[in-house]
Amino acid sequence: MHEMGIAMQVVEIAVASIPEALKSVRVKSVRLKIGRLSSVVPDSLRFCFDIVSKESAIAGAVLEIEEIPVTAVCKACGNRWTIEGPAFSCPQCGQGSIQLTSGQELDIASIEIEEDE
Amino acid sequence: MEIKVVRKVLDVNDTLAEQNRKLFAENNIFVLNVMSSPGSGKTATLVKTIHQLMPEIRTAVIVGDVSTTHDAVRLATTGVPVTQVNTDAFGGDCHLAAHVISKAVEDFSLQNIDFLIVENVGNLVCPAEFDIGEDAKAVILSVTEGEDKPLKYPSIFVKAELMIMSKVDLLPYVPFDAELAKSNAKLVHPGIQIIETSSKGDGLDQWTKWLEEKLAAVKSGELVSA
Repeated sequence: MHEMGIAMQVVEIAVASIPEALKSVRVKSVRLKIGRLSSVVPDSLRFCFDIVSKESAIAGAVLEIEEIPVTAVCKACGNRWTIEGPAFSCPQCGQGSIQLTSGQELDIASIEIEEDE
Repeated sequence: MEIKVVRKVLDVNDTLAEQNRKLFAENNIFVLNVMSSPGSGKTATLVKTIHQLMPEIRTAVIVGDVSTTHDAVRLATTGVPVTQVNTDAFGGDCHLAAHVISKAVEDFSLQNIDFLIVENVGNLVCPAEFDIGEDAKAVILSVTEGEDKPLKYPSIFVKAELMIMSKVDLLPYVPFDAELAKSNAKLVHPGIQIIETSSKGDGLDQWTKWLEEKLAAVKSGELVSA
């Protein structure tokens, strides 16, 4: 729902990440890591990214999104597992005291710059 | 050529949220981010709560809406300082972000506040994503909604420390299975605390006790917020 704002941040960070010496190069892609629990819809974000980036220094760049699964560790028995459904308690011992180890990311991992030669 | 960036997309927001959190901690203020879908009774719950807390617990409210000042007018009848944030001035947002809170608190004299309530924009999706510098998040689920809301919107229920089940006085009249709703919330967040309330005053004592414990923890420096 707030993908436009997120897209604006992504473009801003990506533009700022182009090294000074390479300011005129073309950015081919921007790689994002999005946790499945992060309330961001990849298709909407791509749509917004294309609109926002069109007028920027990274015009033409493709947004590559890696979706990160929701994983957890049980504080009681140490079990580590991937959460697929809405149940967040430990499937091994049934305890509810868990720590999420991934799935809430909303990170820019890298940008890919076109090589000249 | 790949250039590593490794930055959180929301790090501008997160940095501002940390500044807010520091400011609130310096002033011994407990900050609660109250979130729910539209119409769950956030404002009604808060008006009732403020009447119960004041004047002993000096309360202030920041209320976010896409448009209108209707909620601020209702909250202002309690006599506490209220700042209305209309998010259309910030791009028609569906949530309150940290920079909005930084600006809104400029209206308050923080040394005269014990408890700051942030009534977020009615929405179960986006507010979960934005840290505003709060000490705790609470989510309200009313009995006129579906019992499966926690399953449909897990992120917000995972992050909320407390779920208020509101409008429980309507339970005899609506086909809402309160036990199912509670077990759904526990499925998503096994440690979530649940308090049942209504505008008739059900659960008000339990809810204010929860708040008073949080306030005491802030004053004694025991509350370490996430």
